[in-house]
Parts: sequence; C-alpha cells; structure tokens
Amino acid sequence: MKTITASAENAYKKRKKSAWKELKNQKYLYYMSIPFVLWVFVFQYLPLWGWTMAFQKYKPGVGFFEQKWVGFEHFRTLFGDEHFYQVLRNTLAMSFMGLIAGFIVPVVFALLLNEVRVQALKRFVQTVSYLPHFVSWVVAAGIVTKMLSTDGGVVNDILLGLNLIDQPIQFMAQGHLFWGIVTSADIWKETGWNAIIYLAAISGIGPELYEAARVDGASRWRQIWHITLPGIRPTMIVLLIMSIGHLLGTGFEKQFLLGNHLVIDYSEVLDLYALNYGLAMGRYSFGTAINIFNSVISLVLLFAANGIFKRFTNESIM
Amino acid sequence: MGVVKSNVPVGRVKQSLQAKAPQDRILEIIVYFSMTVVTVLTIYPFLNVLAISLNDSVDTVRGGITVWPRQFTLDNYSLIFTYGSLITGFKISLLRTVIGTIAGLISGSMLAYTLARSDFQARRFISIFLAVTMYVTGGLIPGFILMKDLHLIDTFAVYILPGLVSAFNVFVIRSFIDGLPYALQESAKLDGANDFTIYWRVILPLCKPALATVALFLAVGQWNSWFDTYLFNGSNESLTTLQYELMKILQSTTTSASNSQDAANMAERMSQISPESVKMAITIVVTVPILIVYPFLQKYFVKGMTLGAVKS
Repeated sequence: MKTITASAENAYKKRKKSAWKELKNQKYLYYMSIPFVLWVFVFQYLPLWGWTMAFQKYKPGVGFFEQKWVGFEHFRTLFGDEHFYQVLRNTLAMSFMGLIAGFIVPVVFALLLNEVRVQALKRFVQTVSYLPHFVSWVVAAGIVTKMLSTDGGVVNDILLGLNLIDQPIQFMAQGHLFWGIVTSADIWKETGWNAIIYLAAISGIGPELYEAARVDGASRWRQIWHITLPGIRPTMIVLLIMSIGHLLGTGFEKQFLLGNHLVIDYSEVLDLYALNYGLAMGRYSFGTAINIFNSVISLVLLFAANGIFKRFTNESIM
Repeated sequence: MGVVKSNVPVGRVKQSLQAKAPQDRILEIIVYFSMTVVTVLTIYPFLNVLAISLNDSVDTVRGGITVWPRQFTLDNYSLIFTYGSLITGFKISLLRTVIGTIAGLISGSMLAYTLARSDFQARRFISIFLAVTMYVTGGLIPGFILMKDLHLIDTFAVYILPGLVSAFNVFVIRSFIDGLPYALQESAKLDGANDFTIYWRVILPLCKPALATVALFLAVGQWNSWFDTYLFNGSNESLTTLQYELMKILQSTTTSASNSQDAANMAERMSQISPESVKMAITIVVTVPILIVYPFLQKYFVKGMTLGAVKS
C-alpha cells in the first residue's frame, strides 16, 4: 500500500517535472503563438465583453463601474419597437432565400459542369464562373444597378425587345423586388466559388463506380442520381450546417449598397438597423442589444441544425 | 456458343460507349445550354462596363452600348486620374493590401505551424480559442467602441490591426502543414534546429501553395474592403480607400439625399461631364488589379479552399 502510494507520488512528481520541462522545451512554440493569442483576445474577445453595454445606460468615457445598469431595458425597447419586426422579417427573408438558393444553385451548377466532357471548356467555364467572387460588393452592386437601370440596362432592353413590357421597370425602386434582386446578385457573385468544393468532392468519387454503372447500362442521369449525388452528400450537409450557422450573420453589405431610401422598408436588416439606430444616433447600448440578439439567434440556429442533422445522418461538424 | 459468350458483357459496354441513349443526349443539351448561359451572364456585365468606360461620355447618354464602344476614347480614364481623392485612394488601397497581406501571412503561418505540432501542449486550447471567433463576434458597436478606446480611429492602423489573425486562414495553412511528412521536422530537430528555425527554414518554403492561397484571400479582402473606411476613416480624406471613393460616387446618384456633402459635390462635378462613362471607368480601375492576380493564383486557391473546407 505504502509502496504504491510512494510510486504514485513519484510518478506525479515526475509528470509535473516533465510538464515543466516540456514547457521549457517548447518555449519557441509559445513565443510564436502567445502574441497572436493575446491579439485574438484583444480584437475578438474584448468586443464580447462590450456586450455588457447592452445592460447599461452606456456613456462613453466613463469607467466600467460607474456605468448605470439597467438590466433588460434595452431589450424591452427593442422587442417593443414595431420597426424591429420589420427589420427581423427582412433579415430572415433574405437570409433564408440566400440559404436555399445558395445551397441549391452551386450543387446543380457543379453537377452540370461535371458532365462537360470537353476538358478545356470545363476549365474555361469554371474560371469564368468564379470571377465575380473576387470583385468587391461595391463593384458588384454597381454592375447590378447598371444592368437593371432604366436607361440602357440590359434586363430592361431584353424585356422590351421581347415585348414582355411596354415600359422599362424601375427595378431598384421597387420594394417588393428587393429581396429577389439581393438573392440574384448573391447567386451571380458566389455560385462559381461555392461550386469549387462540390467539384473537388465529385473528383474524389472513385471512377470504378461509374465504370460499374456503365456496365450495368445506367444512363448518365442515373449515374448522377445514384453515384454523384450520394458521393457529395457529406459535403453538402457540412456546408448546409455551416451556412445555417451564419444565417443571421450573412452581411449587410449587399443591403447597404443595393438599397436606397425608396426600398428601405424591405432592405433594412439587423446589422443596418444597429448601424442606423445604434451607432449613427449614438445609442450604443441599444445597438449592442441588437447585435446580441443577432448572435444569439445565429448560435441557436447552428446548434439546432447540427442536432437535427446528427440525428438523421450521423454527420456532424462539432 | 462463342457468339453468345462475346455478346453478353463486351457487347453491352461497347454499345453504351458508342450509341448515346436519348436521355443522355437531352442531358448534353441541357449541360451545354446552361454552361453557355452561365458564361454569358458572368462575362457580359464586365464587357458592358468596359465598353461604356471606353466610350465617348456624351455619346454614352444615347444608350445602346453592349460589348463594344461606339466612339472609342480614353478620355474617361485620363479624367479620373486628375481627381486627387482617387489618387490618394489608390495609394492607400495599395498600401493596405501589401502591408495587410504580409502581416497576415506571418501571423497566420506562425500560428498554423505551432498548431500543426502534435506535441505542442497548448495546441488544443489555442485551436478552440481560435475556432470560437469564427462563430461568435462582438458585433458592430462593441467593435467600434473598442477601436475608439484603442485610439485607432482616424489611423491607417485600423485597416491592418483588427483583422491580423484570421482563424480561417490559420486552419487552411495548418491543414496543409499536417499533410507534410513529420520526418522532415524530426530530422531538422536532430540536426539541432530549434522550433523557430524549423518553421522558418523547413516549413515556410514547403508551404508556398498554402501561403499563395491565403495571400490571395488576404489581398482580395484588403483591396475590396470599404466598410472599415466608412466606419472609422470616412471623414479623413487622406486615409480613404479606392473602394470607398467608388462607393460614394456610385451611391450618390442612387441616394442623392443622404451621404456626405463632399460625395455629392464630387458626383455633381463628375456628372456634368458624364453620368455613366466615368463611373464605369472607375469601376474598371478598381477591378483590374484583381483580374490581373487571380489567374496566376488559381491553381493554388482551388486546393486551399478544399483543404480549408474539409478541415474547418
């Protein structure tokens, strides 16, 4: 009994000593990582501390302990504001439209592109397709506005040419068209880029599967349905969960740049709301409450999505 | 007997290789039609903008320009290079792209190297610490207050410092290092190299494909960003970026009521000369640097994207 305790103690000492030695051995690894960890702490974690502002009547330049605490007052104001529900509706609508379109279109595009048998053409289309990903939203919004404009915009020209309309449509001034315009612009910009991962996943499928299917006389449609699609299913699920996690966080750049005061009832999203009613008016605490609401909803959606998929498919990202 | 034998498997394979089933032909038609549509939809807007930017600005007002300028001129381009704020914007954008990319590469690769070392004690902690930042962020206003408290508003540093460490980029580089044989590090260690030397002499030179990918992400991100300028340096004319200037010019026509007086003035000055051609010329100037770099880095980023996605 005694000897066991003694040896256990020894082992503990030894381990403790070796841990300390390890630390010294790895000092360069610590030198190389600690500065950046501190960096991340300052620029990513300190803003989280700023969430306390939402529960205060925050005054700039006043110390943390001198701030006046107000509890959930700002959240009550937020949930009592009718405008908030309009903004939430816009955020959810554009997020879900973007989610569905941004999930389906790249998959379809990747499947079709994969069926192009002329290699040079396949490469050309792919290269072209992710070109828009690299231009800024400022440029993309400018291009979209130009294409949809009433004087010389190609969309109106085509619609007029086909006699589908008698007068050019002022696309950018129609609130009810705004969600569709944002979603289409997003598809235009990101489809090619998002398809990269699917194409990589498709190229990872063993050629012997297609070989066998061909021997069995399967048409190319059936090969897509029974081999390619199941082959990229794990990738699809992971990407879907990830995009759900970013659902409410998916930017306001598009809405900011494509929107204008004529369509504001449809274009204002949570982050813009925080910008316009929090930052611009100096209501920091109220704006922070909006930010928190946004983050919490995102996390809930992420965990819910992950849980659901784990249950049905045994795939998980966490 | 022999005929039947050879007819069963071989004949069927041959048949499926030669004659196409009708539904396969429908698939081909759909494939090539949709690829044409995608190509046209992607390229046409760019060619249209380019054509308008090269067209005489008075003539542009008549409309109807598609992919070819009607009255070719370079005046629009020479005109925009006389605007001081655009020149400053170009310089600031270039500077933040170069500095931001280099700084981001150093931070990303160093962290990635330490996280790829399976014997590193703090590995798990730092990985999780980083991964959290990909999902939880403080948001607009706490971020703004922090910049204010750190006195970064109205400085160039606000373009570089906040985004220096990006979890996504770290994970992309790390998964690349994971794929390198560990024996390389081990033998360097036996030769007496310390961890930093291994990083600098062994790992970095081997990481070029991953570094190229991340460099592209960083450079494009820096070049394209405008919102930090809007938020932090919008009123400081010596620090505004090219994207921000373009944003002001494009926005001032659609929302004439809002925005700063300065933007409205400039737009007015420009619109006296041309409403469209000059705007499109600026758009091209903002876009061209990206079009120049991206074909060179294409083979890398496809790989990098896939790596990053699989790991994270």
